[in-house]
Amino acid sequence: MQTTNYKVINGPEGYLPPAAASMGVVLPDEGEALFEGKIMLKEEVMKKIAVKLLEAKNPTFFPGPLVLWAWNEKAIEKAKAVKELAEIVGAKIIPMPDYRPKYPMINPEEEINPNHPNLTIWHNKIDVCVFVGVHCHYANLALKIIRGGTNCYTIALCGNYGHEDAMISLRDIYAEEVRSLTDVVKSMKKGGK
Amino acid sequence: MAVKTTSQSIVEPEHLFFKAEREKQFITGSEAVKEAIKRANVDMAISYPITPQSESMHLVGDLYAQGYVKDYYRGENELGVMSAVAGASMGGVRVFTATGGQGSLRAFEMFPTWAGARLPVVCAFFCRGLNSPLTIQPDTIEIGLMLDTGMIILHAETAQDLYDMILKAFIIAEEPDVHLPIAVFADGFFVTHTREIVEIAPEDIKLPPYNPYKSPVPVMDMETPPVRQMRDPFVMKSNFISYATHASWQQEVRAAAERARKHINRYLGGLIETENEDADILFMTSGTAASQARAAIIELEKEGIKVGLVKIKSLRPFPTEDIRRIAKNKKAIIVPEFNITGWLAREIKAVVEDNSKVIGAPRVFGGMTMPVELLLDEIKKHL
Repeated sequence: MQTTNYKVINGPEGYLPPAAASMGVVLPDEGEALFEGKIMLKEEVMKKIAVKLLEAKNPTFFPGPLVLWAWNEKAIEKAKAVKELAEIVGAKIIPMPDYRPKYPMINPEEEINPNHPNLTIWHNKIDVCVFVGVHCHYANLALKIIRGGTNCYTIALCGNYGHEDAMISLRDIYAEEVRSLTDVVKSMKKGGK
Repeated sequence: MAVKTTSQSIVEPEHLFFKAEREKQFITGSEAVKEAIKRANVDMAISYPITPQSESMHLVGDLYAQGYVKDYYRGENELGVMSAVAGASMGGVRVFTATGGQGSLRAFEMFPTWAGARLPVVCAFFCRGLNSPLTIQPDTIEIGLMLDTGMIILHAETAQDLYDMILKAFIIAEEPDVHLPIAVFADGFFVTHTREIVEIAPEDIKLPPYNPYKSPVPVMDMETPPVRQMRDPFVMKSNFISYATHASWQQEVRAAAERARKHINRYLGGLIETENEDADILFMTSGTAASQARAAIIELEKEGIKVGLVKIKSLRPFPTEDIRRIAKNKKAIIVPEFNITGWLAREIKAVVEDNSKVIGAPRVFGGMTMPVELLLDEIKKHL
């Protein structure tokens, strides 16, 4: 049972913010999702994602290797669904093609890297971002750094169990769930609630 | 590769752990390891036999010959074995090994490396003394040295625990939100070389295979993208970003251990086990010291003295909240240990509100047994 009062909200939180899991934030069970450190029903959280994306000045999707590469049919289907969602939102797409630290420096207009994600966010003035298809370890690594040093609002669409370090996180996200989220965004754009 | 194949059926972990009818066998702890690995669908086992774990890894070698383990070899030393284990795990297979005592220390560099690389290795450790002059006798001092490696650490009391913890460790370690190495400790000789009744699942069933595609880090598959596997070091650049990344990485490893709580609760029934939890005086301990505490509780009951027991099964993650809650309003917490340093008493003192009531005694070490009389004497000092 979750008992923490720790809130996972946009920063900058400080020099070295803690991992939310170490502050007592626990991952959701099936059918649930995380909103700013609290467990809620998935459907409610999908609406919150839609609001955040539609209200954002510069929403940006960060697709990782699991959807960037056509390594199986499910990945291809999910990638198409993510692209459609980004287009409906009117969001930019900046890929995270791999996880190697980029030296001497990254080109922040072309890519984001989990080891220094703040550089891409600062450079592009991204206020809301969506992680999708990023291996969980690297997503958590980046989400903590973003919370520490930027004011970007983070959303993680996870194929496994979700991410405590994102402000909003859905779990078990495959193509079908991405399309459901797209439907929520479409409905909200038309003025639905 | 093993030439023989077996006709085991793959079953859900819950079936193997909880539903399958179990058979009672009178076996040693080492044989319990063999029975666990037989049902664990292990791809690879690598061994450097050292007493007291030598029998268990010999027996795992027999399993390879019988076709239950797909690949097996003996490494050149413990560091070599643990490094090879890392390579196998990075390659996306389920891997098992065991060590103990000086072997653990010789391989020590690899344990934080496994954790940092998010490798779900399962390793059994059979504790023995460490210091010169050489001893091969039981002593749990090495557990204290392992606590901050980032590994999940379980401590078995009995051969039954050892069998169950090893099998369940694979499933807990491989959960994508955890994906950390698990050390299953047992007290050398007391558990490994003595016989007891162990209830085991049928030998014609086994766990589902490891699915590396659920891993939180890419595996080393150079044929199928995404191919990048290296956990690239940050040391080639000395700047704030590199340091912050490494810090975030370390936090994530600790966070993964926190997430294991849910799975340990599900598969092991909690991080602790209690007996007479409402008594004013409690033993709080782990491993075979818990067995000695149980024997003391029976003796004390004959004298009309009620004493409880908290057996700590998971040392990492540590059952901080459980211990804090149970210790509240108790008169004394007695922490018997098989080591000179009293690392468990230190751990408990660090989380109990009024830690003056935590008594780090009795302690025996160097292979000594812990007579029940020592425990009775300690309790009677605090009545």
